[in-house]
Amino acid sequence: MSESVDTFGRRLHYLNADFGVKSWLLTRDHKRIALLYLISITIFFALGGLMAVGIRLELATPQGDLVQPDTYNRLFTMHGVLMIFFFLIPSIPAVLGNFLIPLMIGAKDLAFPKLNLASWYIYNIAGFFTLWAVAQGGVDTGWTFYTPYSTTYSNSYVIATALGVFISGFSSILTAVNFIVTIHRMRAPGLTWFRLPLFIWAHYATSLVIILGTPVIAVTILMVAAERLLHIGIFDPALGGDPVLFQHLFWFYSHPAVYIMILPSMGVVSELIAAFTRKRIFGYKFIAGASVAIAVLGFLVWGHHMFLSSQSVYAGMVFSVLSMLVAVPSAIKVFNWIATMYKGSVSWDTPMLYAMGFIGLFTIGGLTGVMLATLGIDIHVHDTYFVVAHFHYVMVGGAIMGYLGGLHFWWPKMTGRLYPVFWSKFAAIIIFVGFNLTFFPQFLLGYLGMPRRYHVYPADFQVLNVMSSAGATVLGVGYLIPLVYFVWSMRYGKRADRNPWGAIGLEWNTGSPPPQHNFHEIPTVDWDAYGYLPDTPAGTGESWGIAVPTQRQDRTQDDG
Amino acid sequence: MSIWPEQFPLFPDRATAIARDIDAIYFFGLGVATVFSLLIAGLIVFFAVRYRRTSPDEVGQREQAPAWLELVWSIIPLGILLFMFAWGAQVFFDARRAPADAVEYYVTGKQWMWKFQHPSGNREINELHVPVGVPIKLIMTSEDVIHSFWVPEFRVKMDVLPGRYTDLWFEVDKVGVYRLFCNEYCGVEHSLMGGRVIAMEPADYEEWLGSGQPQTTLTKSGEQLFEEKTCNTCHLGRSFALGPSLNDIFGTEVTFADGSTAIVDENYLRESILDPRARLVQGYQALMPTFQGQVDEEELVLLIDYIKSLSEGTGASSTGN
Repeated sequence: MSESVDTFGRRLHYLNADFGVKSWLLTRDHKRIALLYLISITIFFALGGLMAVGIRLELATPQGDLVQPDTYNRLFTMHGVLMIFFFLIPSIPAVLGNFLIPLMIGAKDLAFPKLNLASWYIYNIAGFFTLWAVAQGGVDTGWTFYTPYSTTYSNSYVIATALGVFISGFSSILTAVNFIVTIHRMRAPGLTWFRLPLFIWAHYATSLVIILGTPVIAVTILMVAAERLLHIGIFDPALGGDPVLFQHLFWFYSHPAVYIMILPSMGVVSELIAAFTRKRIFGYKFIAGASVAIAVLGFLVWGHHMFLSSQSVYAGMVFSVLSMLVAVPSAIKVFNWIATMYKGSVSWDTPMLYAMGFIGLFTIGGLTGVMLATLGIDIHVHDTYFVVAHFHYVMVGGAIMGYLGGLHFWWPKMTGRLYPVFWSKFAAIIIFVGFNLTFFPQFLLGYLGMPRRYHVYPADFQVLNVMSSAGATVLGVGYLIPLVYFVWSMRYGKRADRNPWGAIGLEWNTGSPPPQHNFHEIPTVDWDAYGYLPDTPAGTGESWGIAVPTQRQDRTQDDG
Repeated sequence: MSIWPEQFPLFPDRATAIARDIDAIYFFGLGVATVFSLLIAGLIVFFAVRYRRTSPDEVGQREQAPAWLELVWSIIPLGILLFMFAWGAQVFFDARRAPADAVEYYVTGKQWMWKFQHPSGNREINELHVPVGVPIKLIMTSEDVIHSFWVPEFRVKMDVLPGRYTDLWFEVDKVGVYRLFCNEYCGVEHSLMGGRVIAMEPADYEEWLGSGQPQTTLTKSGEQLFEEKTCNTCHLGRSFALGPSLNDIFGTEVTFADGSTAIVDENYLRESILDPRARLVQGYQALMPTFQGQVDEEELVLLIDYIKSLSEGTGASSTGN
């Protein structure tokens, strides 16, 4: 395969093919846009994390002694808004999906490169708009914006923040449209649907949810603005509206949004499990089908947020049983991943540590979700710290573990550099321990009687709260370590070859970093995904049908 | 609990029968969650150790786990899930449906306090005295935003909404003082919108009721207000009256001008007082003016309580005669 070289004989790739600010800000290369997104969402993650620091510091004591109640309410609201709309929803699709979908399907780019760049700009405009609202004084409604508090009673920047969320929705929709068209139209010759990596299936399902759900939150936000500004009675009973209508509309989007956050992470984990066990994934079609089943069923369960909001008991029963059904495809995925490990060649590389952490924590998050969907249990734990713990197990233990695992897996592909092995494993363990220390006590707190969104709490809840705050410190340190060594590796990390993990997939069949147009020639695919076979040592896998370089670098590297 | 330090509780006390039912299903759910989490974590660790990669070029073995496992791990979880659903739904029904003989109290939430009205006419703020061993039904509404009434030791909780009534019931079986929380975020002082439920022996409760100044019962006050607002001009219960009779209507089905029907409950009465034209009873003209802004939440409760009393047979009143 011929490589392009520059005048000094260095290999040309997407990072050095062009230089200068303009070459980045006007790029239409999906790989560069992915890196732009990586920078943006990391900033929002850090800001959202800072808010969490404020929350946990305040809750270290039962009295409201660190910040005013009003400030506290703004902290947890902005934490939720920034983390959900500006970090979790875009994280995996906009960074890893953007970077990898064309590479995995053997395409030169996404179907609409300019839309892709536009989506990044829209995301940033939305983000700055929201930060402007924070700078003005923030918003205190909770990320759920429940009416009539948000439309009539709140004295904070509701509309500015909600419009930030509204604008960010367009960036999600553009990304989703781009992915769907790309996956339909731009697969390499021979790459049939059931030969696609499961990462692609997960992103396809996610994109469907984004396109169908996001417009609903958009119109809901407009209705909130109409009531708040123009006093058109939609949600406030004092104006003739119905406050529960808002909850229906909000959760009709926001419950599927949970699957927008977790499905891509599941896609990443499928890739990690296959690559780090070097085994064909067990139950490929079941995992692919489960992604679609979760996407569809996810639209039918919104009412489980409203068992106690005056919804009829019979509606509650329907939503409860449908919520139970969503647990089945989730269980199928978990068991298929574990069955893949059976008689695999299980490596303990950093990405695999994250994958194993994901499965364990997502399982706890999922099973406590089943408890919440059980009507009788929900009476007691609804809107308590039990719920807070549950969704952090799914969102942080699940979605973020998957995101970090994916980032560690594809970092050598994205940057052409390796990161320090010791520190990366150390951070993965710290994050796992810190996470459990932070959020496990919250299950106990919730059942014991602590409502969520409490600034002041009874003194007998303090021990568990202090444990949680201490854990958050550990978790925070855990998140800082990768930030340091990733940045460090871009300059000082050892160079990665095209396939440092000995993994299978079209993305490993091109340079690290990939050339500007991904492949020097478009590959033809006549093999199934994850065709790891015994008697063919990884690294020489001619029989995989893919040219993998014969000499592989030793992945361990001495730091420094 | 005696050995465990009091300042570090891990589990809430139980003070109602429903609490036992909810704890039972909670422990079942917790058991399921624990067993499956340990099973999955155990398998991950076992496979990671047992099949740990020994050389950099090693590839997984050709042999796969048997395919029928897909059925096993679809059907077993589904069975457990449906069982949990059915059990949970049954507990929920019991918790949501108040017994017919429950004594009705009225609750109004507002930023950031709870107001209670006893049937005897006693009023309290942020404290609710109740007798033990008597089923108590709270009929609740909010003057502003959504609140939620929660007493952890009772395991009962219900949102309290503006513009409509929701209800909740409990029967306390242990004398004691229990914490009350607002459980739906309601603004700046949400976490201070709490209070206490004080459960007393019935005799002590009676004594407590009588200890303040003499009270007019809710029904009696409602009757006075009914006359003050001249409701009795039209709702006389005579055939030539301009409005329908209110005797014995509570809990019955009424037919509206468009042919649709509804059961007369607190929410319908509320709507008929505040927005009489929303659903007009068949055969009557839209003559009644709105009382929106003329009666507050507490007065509304009095009117409704009085109208309900007209359906109890014993509620003999001057209007009816």
